[in-house]
Amino acid sequence: MPIPSSLVTLLVGMALVLSGLWVGYNVNLLPLAASANAPVYDSLFRVLFIIGTILFLGIVGLVVFSLVRFRRRAGDQTDGLAIEGNLPLELVWTAIPAIVVLFVGLYSYDIYQRMGGMSSLNDHSAMHQMPAMETMEASVTGAEGAPDPAARVWGGIGTGAGETNVLPVEVTAMQFAFIFHYPEGDITSGELHVPNGRPVELRMKANDVIHAFWVPQFRIKQDVIPGQPTVLTFTPTKAGSYPIICAELCGPYHGGMRSTVVVHEPDAYDTWLLKNSPVKATVASAPSTPTA
Amino acid sequence: MTVASPNDFQDSLQPQGWLRYFSFSLDHKVIGIQYLVTGFLFYFIGGALAGVIRAELASPISDFVSRETYNEVLTLHGTVMIFLWIVPVVNGGFGNYLIPFYVGARDMAFPRLNAVAFWMIPPAGILLIGSYFITGAAQSGWTAYPPLSLTTPALGQVVWIVSVLLLGGSSIFGGINFIATVLKLRRPGLKLMQLPMYCWAMLGTSILVVLSTPVLAGTLLLLSFDIVAHTGFFNPALGGNVVVYQHLFWFYSHPAVYIMVLPAFGLVSEILPIHSRKPLFGYTTMVYSILAIVVLGLVVWAHHMFTSGTPPWMRLFFTIATSFIAVPTGIKFFNWLATLWGGKLALNSAMLFSCAFIVNFVFGGITGVALAQVPFDIHVHDTYFVVGHFHYIVYGGTVFVIFASIYHWYPKFTGRMLNEDLGRLHFLLTFVGFNLCFAPQHWLGLNGMPRRVAEYDPSFTTLNQISSVGALLMAISSLPFLYNVLVSAFKGQVAGDNPWNALTPEWLTSSPPPVENWIGAAPLVEHPYGYGVDEDALSVEAATGRDLWSGTGRR
Repeated sequence: MPIPSSLVTLLVGMALVLSGLWVGYNVNLLPLAASANAPVYDSLFRVLFIIGTILFLGIVGLVVFSLVRFRRRAGDQTDGLAIEGNLPLELVWTAIPAIVVLFVGLYSYDIYQRMGGMSSLNDHSAMHQMPAMETMEASVTGAEGAPDPAARVWGGIGTGAGETNVLPVEVTAMQFAFIFHYPEGDITSGELHVPNGRPVELRMKANDVIHAFWVPQFRIKQDVIPGQPTVLTFTPTKAGSYPIICAELCGPYHGGMRSTVVVHEPDAYDTWLLKNSPVKATVASAPSTPTA
Repeated sequence: MTVASPNDFQDSLQPQGWLRYFSFSLDHKVIGIQYLVTGFLFYFIGGALAGVIRAELASPISDFVSRETYNEVLTLHGTVMIFLWIVPVVNGGFGNYLIPFYVGARDMAFPRLNAVAFWMIPPAGILLIGSYFITGAAQSGWTAYPPLSLTTPALGQVVWIVSVLLLGGSSIFGGINFIATVLKLRRPGLKLMQLPMYCWAMLGTSILVVLSTPVLAGTLLLLSFDIVAHTGFFNPALGGNVVVYQHLFWFYSHPAVYIMVLPAFGLVSEILPIHSRKPLFGYTTMVYSILAIVVLGLVVWAHHMFTSGTPPWMRLFFTIATSFIAVPTGIKFFNWLATLWGGKLALNSAMLFSCAFIVNFVFGGITGVALAQVPFDIHVHDTYFVVGHFHYIVYGGTVFVIFASIYHWYPKFTGRMLNEDLGRLHFLLTFVGFNLCFAPQHWLGLNGMPRRVAEYDPSFTTLNQISSVGALLMAISSLPFLYNVLVSAFKGQVAGDNPWNALTPEWLTSSPPPVENWIGAAPLVEHPYGYGVDEDALSVEAATGRDLWSGTGRR
């Protein structure tokens, strides 16, 4: 079977590509984009969506066309053509997916770098860059007597890594709540309040089982793992309230383990900080019982 | 070692007639049917459990069953569907029935081991289901991640482990048997590259089973030590590491996906040429792509752990490895499309289910390549997007092929045809119900619905209700199927030996086949896909059966 190269094939291919592009640019399946990370994610999503649409429409089209065009007419007992293979054709449809997949892989690697996913590959832990964080870390490790958790902190993605004005927040996940502690104002809260435009670094630990911190509008997720601190950074870009969802089965009330992240304008955040900051004499670490 | 001699079947105390299906029979066909029927029983149990899940999710609050029960139900649903339905049916069921025919043997290489492998399944299944009523079932999902599996009620979790260990053992016995049968029991003169594609699929699958299932067994043993003896392998409070469990678990459980779909690829490669009246396109590349999937399938497991605190290099490696599985898989799909192209397609139930498999699996494959990309996965990991994706693979892929295979081989199993009208009704209901159920879940996942929840944001109610309606349609679709299968066994149109005019060896004997598969010598089928008209070939009507199956008269 020669590779079909007629005008019809060309036109069908062009129509497929155009419809894939049209679908990719006009069908929005994603929620609001509210972090610096989200538009990067959305551009990757669009590329995958376009490629996927072209492939899917093409293959479904071929199947449906074959089922209609080559259906066995009543009374026809003959066989089709004895075509057992075609090496050039098979090479083509090995090479094309390989190239597409390679492109997708490299592109998503680029996206991943822009999201900050590879940053900890070079500087073992982003936290070492920040003296303020060092001291806080020391206090944490001192209390627990662990060797050096920083060496074992594995990050998720994060666009805020390496910046200077990072807002650190300690997150404790437990059945079935997230507790947020602000070293800056010594505030403990059941909701996460962050200023718009400022990078936030979540230093997360779990008390009991594995949980996962997910904000769909930020397009970020990181498991919160007992016995292994994890870190997640993001920069919110739109004021508003978004859900925080636990995405790892953590027990009977897993579905109810939700919280809210409130992104304030910077002024409103400062007001919130002032209003909620307790007297300096109160307990230093997060309480052991959920207060939210 | 004793070999089951032919006379064992006639002269032993083995029951004959229908009772042999309840016996420790050594006949590979009886064992195959035992696997199939047992598998379908568990399919309906697992389906009922899915019904509970969809009923709970019809409203955004937890109101149908208690939260603990819900977690038990989702754990049982996953475990039953994977370990008691899909793996035993596409491997044990069709494998046992077809592989000896395909290699030209009278039985499997180890008939007694084969019977033992089957008879490990009913106790394991009863144990698993029974645990719900007696001790309370496991609540930590089919993944049983510690520390959750260490803190949920211990007895149910231990019973779950014992049950999965039994099923894994059964699977390993089966895998060894298939490898031995395909490699060592081929009829003299039959070359490896002349085997029907399902043999290659089962060879690849069995290699995966034998390499990866023992890892699961070891992992679950360690987990049971943690639960029973309070060791600390995976318990962070005792210095254990929970992520290590995930690596070990997925080292089996990602290959398990291929253990579930490779046999389906093989089955569909048998069905399409026969009903298209064309040779399987690109036999050699199909074989190599199976082997490539086997190799790649072993080195992609950590893509299940992109949010688990894995180091960046690991994410990068597993992204690339996973993406490249799309290449051999893509080759197979293009080859099937080329097999259809220019054929004489019979639009019967077997063909419709097979073509729907192509459509569903391509959709699941596309979302799969997307999920392989770390930055994409980080948003949708552990959400309904993933639930939608893997149901497109295992239900839209494998289960559709199981139905296609039932319509295709039922005449061989029973000697009677299934009713085609009921079959097409079954197909229509299943296809519509399936897509209605699982397509909306992709959107739900992208927009903020995590998986394994009993309650969710009220803004997702409508799509969840659509999904539940789809599930209801799928449940209804099994009624015409059940009626068809039960009634046609007695009242169906008599099929004759070879109703599809097929060339593969299982059709070159009576329907149902005699105890040792053929009266006389096993046929040597050198061209299992020798359909199609060459200028100098015999026409199908003019050729005798011997011309067809011996391969003389063509080329």
